[in-house]
Amino acid sequence: MKRLALALMLAVAAPALAADPSEMLKDPVLEKKAEDLGKELRCLVCQNESIEDSNADLARDLRVIVRERFAKGESSDQVKQYVVDRYGDYVLLNPPFKGTTLVLWLGPFALLVVAVGAAFAFFRRRPSVNATPVVPLSTEEKRRLDALLKDGDRS
Amino acid sequence: MRRLLYLLPVAVFGILALFFLRGLTLNPREIPSVLINRPVPVMNLAPLPGRGDTGLTTADLKGRVSLVNIYGSWCIACVQEHPYLVKIKQTGIVPIHGIDWRDDPVEGAKWLKKHGDPYDRVGVDPAPGRTAIDFGVTGAPETFIVDKDSIIRYKHIGPVTPEAWEQTLLPIIKELNK
Repeated sequence: MKRLALALMLAVAAPALAADPSEMLKDPVLEKKAEDLGKELRCLVCQNESIEDSNADLARDLRVIVRERFAKGESSDQVKQYVVDRYGDYVLLNPPFKGTTLVLWLGPFALLVVAVGAAFAFFRRRPSVNATPVVPLSTEEKRRLDALLKDGDRS
Repeated sequence: MRRLLYLLPVAVFGILALFFLRGLTLNPREIPSVLINRPVPVMNLAPLPGRGDTGLTTADLKGRVSLVNIYGSWCIACVQEHPYLVKIKQTGIVPIHGIDWRDDPVEGAKWLKKHGDPYDRVGVDPAPGRTAIDFGVTGAPETFIVDKDSIIRYKHIGPVTPEAWEQTLLPIIKELNK
């Protein structure tokens, strides 16, 4: 029962965000937009965390500046562009689909196609078991088989 | 032909191995800067108290190849590179400007008194470090080479070591000074 309660509590608890209340915008709609964008932006210090999740000073600075820009009336795309202009596509946790990232996005699918093609070719070329015609047993073979089977019954 | 086909997996493995080997030797901290070959960001930074200069503005970088060094009194790696910056200043090859990043200016000034002051001009960039973010700074220390036309030409991440100076930064500065 205790365990169940603990599990339930853990399941219900929302992951804590690093943004402390003093950083948050008063307008809940803008704050939500800022949080959503912040989750897509990589913290340059901890690298696999978003700026929204990170405690690093630089992540805090970026959170503050992102919010300032939203408060000034910029759109999500404008704020995102502001950060990308300074840190490059690397700052986006979800890399954009463009020329330099084609291999990244399409590579796995290309490999899959090649692998499926190779497997297909391999299995088609190998003579299947069903394809070899079944030659009926000769009278001699039948006699031997019957003898063996009878032999098995006795033991 | 069939034989060649059997070599295909080996070839694929080889290519992947090359990629991974390259990946292993890369430093994930060294994020290529998108600001290379772009003008220095517009800045107008206040001076450090008691230092006697007027701070650091974009206009101050015009006309000479210079270094812009990001430091802070809280930055431990800066202590490591600092004596070498003082040495570079003594050679007179290139002026170094400092940006005291995310710091209390009083502490920043004290720190320079303690560790030596290699800078021509120093500007203060308090949190949230707008100018540093305009420079695409990811941590301190970082050093930028700015050319005569105020275009950023190179970004060095981490302490300027004698090796980095002699093998990378100095040749670029010499080239730009031609």
